[in-house]
Amino acid sequence: MKKLTKIATVIIAASAILVGCGKSNSSSSSSSASSKAVSGKITIVGSTALQPLVEKAAENFQTDNSKVSITVQGGGSGTGLSQVQSGAVTIGNSDIFAQQSDGITASKLNDNKVAVVGMAPVVNKDVGVKNLTMKQLRNIFTGKITNWKEVGGKDQDIVLINRAEGSGTRATFETNVMNGETAAKSQEQDSNGTVQKMVAETPGAISYLAFSYITSSIQEVSLDGVKPTDANVTTNKWKIWSYEHMYTKGTPNAATKAFLSYMKSDKVQNSLVKELGYVSIGKMKVQKNADNKVTDIK
Amino acid sequence: MINGGELSENSFSSLPNFGGEVILMDPIKDKIQSTSRETRQDIVGKVLSYSCISLIVIVVLSIFVFVATKGLATFVVNKASIWDFLFGTNWNPSATDKAGNPLLGALPMITGSFGVTIIAVIFAAPFAIGTALYMTEVASRRGEKLLQSVIELLVGIPSVVYGFIGLSVVVPFVRTHFGGSGYGILSGAFVLFVMVLPTVTSMTVDSLRAVPKYYKEASLALGATKWQTIYKVLLRSSTSGILTAIIFGMARAFGEALAVQMVIGNAAVMPKGLLAPASTLTSVLTMGIGNTVMGTVGNNALWSLALMLLLMSLIFNIIVRFIGRKGRM
Amino acid sequence: MKTKFQNNVAIAVIRVIAVLVVLILAFLLGDILISGVPHISWHFLTAPSQAFTSGGGIGVQLFNSIYLLLLTLIISFPISLGAGIFLSEYAPKNIFTATVRMAIEVLSSLPSVVVGLFGFLLFVVQLDMGFSILSGAIALTFFNLPLLTRNIEESLRAVPDLQREAGLSLGLSKWRTVIKVILPEALPGIITGVVLGAGRVFGEAAALIYTAGQSATNIDFGNWNPFNATSPLNLMRPAETLAVHIWKINSEGVMPDAAAVSAGSSAVLIIAVLIFNFSARVIGNQLYRKLTATK
Repeated sequence: MKKLTKIATVIIAASAILVGCGKSNSSSSSSSASSKAVSGKITIVGSTALQPLVEKAAENFQTDNSKVSITVQGGGSGTGLSQVQSGAVTIGNSDIFAQQSDGITASKLNDNKVAVVGMAPVVNKDVGVKNLTMKQLRNIFTGKITNWKEVGGKDQDIVLINRAEGSGTRATFETNVMNGETAAKSQEQDSNGTVQKMVAETPGAISYLAFSYITSSIQEVSLDGVKPTDANVTTNKWKIWSYEHMYTKGTPNAATKAFLSYMKSDKVQNSLVKELGYVSIGKMKVQKNADNKVTDIK
Repeated sequence: MINGGELSENSFSSLPNFGGEVILMDPIKDKIQSTSRETRQDIVGKVLSYSCISLIVIVVLSIFVFVATKGLATFVVNKASIWDFLFGTNWNPSATDKAGNPLLGALPMITGSFGVTIIAVIFAAPFAIGTALYMTEVASRRGEKLLQSVIELLVGIPSVVYGFIGLSVVVPFVRTHFGGSGYGILSGAFVLFVMVLPTVTSMTVDSLRAVPKYYKEASLALGATKWQTIYKVLLRSSTSGILTAIIFGMARAFGEALAVQMVIGNAAVMPKGLLAPASTLTSVLTMGIGNTVMGTVGNNALWSLALMLLLMSLIFNIIVRFIGRKGRM
Repeated sequence: MKTKFQNNVAIAVIRVIAVLVVLILAFLLGDILISGVPHISWHFLTAPSQAFTSGGGIGVQLFNSIYLLLLTLIISFPISLGAGIFLSEYAPKNIFTATVRMAIEVLSSLPSVVVGLFGFLLFVVQLDMGFSILSGAIALTFFNLPLLTRNIEESLRAVPDLQREAGLSLGLSKWRTVIKVILPEALPGIITGVVLGAGRVFGEAAALIYTAGQSATNIDFGNWNPFNATSPLNLMRPAETLAVHIWKINSEGVMPDAAAVSAGSSAVLIIAVLIFNFSARVIGNQLYRKLTATK
């Protein structure tokens, strides 16, 4: 029995090596990950939205690099940024630019953009609204419009569900929609899952969600006739989007470097990133900087 | 060291010689004057139990110091005024007022916390006392065991699950029967009611059981009915215990975060009634802590809320102690 | 006649309240079990979880929950036993005792998230223990201590003073009286306290998110060497528990069967608590019989 397992292990290991070699011969992008044996410990903390992607990527990475041990935790973008700044963790995941965050010295951190996330306003299915203008949306969130009939829907009070102050989703929404105006004081929720549930179950509710959380139980809203799709995000026709960042401090060690380049490799970008509802970095035709200035990529 | 067993064997025969020739009697005197096995056991016991209790005190103190240093930084480092914090109604840590001070009015959350807690306990106390009386006085052995399991199971349901049941059951219920959007203090209180019920009940049971049996026997022997015995004897003599149970329930309600956060709406505004969205200290704390950066005003302000939670539970404790002492006299 | 009527009404009200409480639980359990049980299968209980595809299980999380619970009990039981004995047997009536009681009550009312962050900054960051089972167990100990201490104290107190006097008059030291006479008598009550505490530990999520972490690393159930990184017994590996898993998939889960996994996990959690309560009761009764020589 034991012998059998040993033989099986050897065969599996051998085939893994063969596969690894085969790959490194055929494609150059993954060669750095499989040919050089890196080792070390990587601790990643931060954004809960980014966590599933990094977790899955880390799992795949570790099967190729058994000497690397990666721990991925949530805790929120603020936690990620402050912990990477203090040096307690290797990588800090964040939904927002370090520059946008209070108390973070952005110049000390290295930004690695690993994905793009699009967000869309969502409403309860019964309000009867599928399209809004940017101005209407803004007026709803500042509290100037309080009934759905003012924007062509049913005669029903609007229940505003904003996102948590300081969260990446809120920051993205405010810079791209609110245009400097302050949102009305309203209900707030932190997590995408809860917001999705609340919008689906509360009559007259409006909030906003990352694309991957938009299901058939809620109604996404087009803005000025533009549909919230990945394609529209890549050209910035759909304006509400942001990057997912993985920040490091100082010079990363070999293992961290290998993992970050793995995150940016086609292997992750073309499969995992897409499967999780993000837009791949490579597909973007425009880029955004920390001041929300959009420029074309040549 | 002298073996204690030996000492007890010899002590009887050597006792009459006590105080005799000093040189000869030295070993015996040693034996007598040294501590007995029982005393040593007691010392060991005392040391053990004292060190356990000290450990707990140290843990509490360190948490306290930790929260206090973080929480007070808002006032010391960021120069927010304590008055505005306690009585201001505008909570917006990322913004500042005209004088450049951060807007940290925590009164909406303080009101919200008090609101849900008090209403939840008003619901829970009669239920808990009734259930406890049923278990100790009315029920058969089987009924008692059933209730015991019920209570233990209620504790075992995680707060996340309570929150989601609250979201899918309590919120629509409140919306259709009481009005409003369904999110608000009333929904929070309903959820907390079920959550604190087991704590209050099991502690009330304990304090009812701690009433000496002969109290009850004496009352029944005097011809009092069961209810008279319960009302005049049992409840009276366990008042302080029941009060402690209720305060414990309140403390639990104050500290509960995940479940309340889902049903209360989290709007940092003064509650406009039981049906309008409100927020509690814990809901704002839980929601914001991951999104703020350590050391910033926003983060420190959240720690001030945590400090507030601690102080409030301290104040409650002091009140209970006061009532308990008065009740006994 | 009036008193008799009063009595009947009062007793009836008490019965109604008890029935209502049972109904509340029946409703909650029904809600959780009906939506959850159909999803439970052997595969679900043993398979590792999936980040975003359907068909994930909860094997690792289930193991982590139980392991973490055991560790927490191992750490917190002796401490609260000592503390409980102190409060019921030794505590002098002075300011120190009053402070201690206050401290315990304050500890029990701490919001989980504060304990979690305290644990995070102290154990995970300062003491460099990382996101680990050990950090999680210590954070959970903070919750368990006041509950357990209070219960042990109450149980010890419920033992009649006659027993103490009997022990002392036999020439036993106070300590031995407590250990050999009072403690066995109080054992069933203490077991109940442990069960209640265990229930709370099992369902705790907020404190663990920041200490034991929210990722379930692959563990190898063939490797029981506690010092190996993939061993289930390793104290330093991050461990997502069942309650944290429920929280995570509900708040950020993107797998298509998130609702089903969540319902199934909740049901498993409740069933685990049920089994745990039942076996603890049996063990408590047997211990009582053995230690007090009653048949």
